[in-house]
Amino acid sequence: MSATEGAHPGLNIAHPHAQAQEETETALFGFWVFLMSDAVIFALLFATYGVMLPATVGGPTPATVYEIGPAFLETLILLTSSFTFGLASIAMKHDAPRRRILGWMGATLVLGLAFLALEVRDFMTMFAQGAIPMRSGYLSSFFALVPLHGLHVAAGCLWLVVMMAQVVVFGLDGRVRINTLRLGLFWHFLDIIWIALFSVVYLQGLIR
Amino acid sequence: MTSSKADAAREVRSYAIGYLLALLLTGFAFGAVYWRVASATTTFGIVLGLGLVQMVVHFRFFLHITLGKSSRADLQLILFSTLIIALMVSGTLVILFNLHHRMM
Repeated sequence: MSATEGAHPGLNIAHPHAQAQEETETALFGFWVFLMSDAVIFALLFATYGVMLPATVGGPTPATVYEIGPAFLETLILLTSSFTFGLASIAMKHDAPRRRILGWMGATLVLGLAFLALEVRDFMTMFAQGAIPMRSGYLSSFFALVPLHGLHVAAGCLWLVVMMAQVVVFGLDGRVRINTLRLGLFWHFLDIIWIALFSVVYLQGLIR
Repeated sequence: MTSSKADAAREVRSYAIGYLLALLLTGFAFGAVYWRVASATTTFGIVLGLGLVQMVVHFRFFLHITLGKSSRADLQLILFSTLIIALMVSGTLVILFNLHHRMM
């Protein structure tokens, strides 16, 4: 059992022999390369945000437009969705009934959509206060950075729907399993971006 | 299938530990800002520190990046990307703040 110690849940695709394990690791490494290039995009938007932060041109400032309550709630929802996706991966690895796998994926989808709804509500509140992207350099960089994460979550939700359909139509064959693993990496990765977002954007803006 | 069941229980426990740690770290970070535990600069330092620790927790418990052999290549890729990101972000901030300073 020591060979699979610490391995990604689900790595035993159908036949848990060494070659299948290695192929899975190679496939997931390719996805890691994509994730890290995505991380570079986010990092540079963070740098832009940091530079633009003082450029409010007499318009809304971070302290006036951010609210700590919704940001905290969004964080809790996203963390919980990562946990439910983890339970889905474990259920998939151990060949649990398909109903349970789909249940955890469905729970993740609902949480992801709830997160998006709250985020859109936040943006609407900001728009109502005149905080629109065209107002200042600070708001332009804010609306380049935060909605890009939201767009990723929306893409993740769409991908979740596609994977749930594939689990129903094709069953848990090798391809469906490995794509679900990729989606898992993507979903957990978005959580890490969100940690940076709530620390650097929301909490920094709200510190007095 | 008892060993598989034991494996599953161990993995669920690992995710649960990660989830609890993440909740605690998030709670501390938001709490530090909400209750203004320290001066602005110190609070921002605390928030950044807690954020970094939480990222490590997520990599370890959710993304299964460990020091073990099975994720060695992934770990090296992540560390190298982190280096590149640190160089680009800090370089951007230093140069543009310096420029800003000179334009004043």
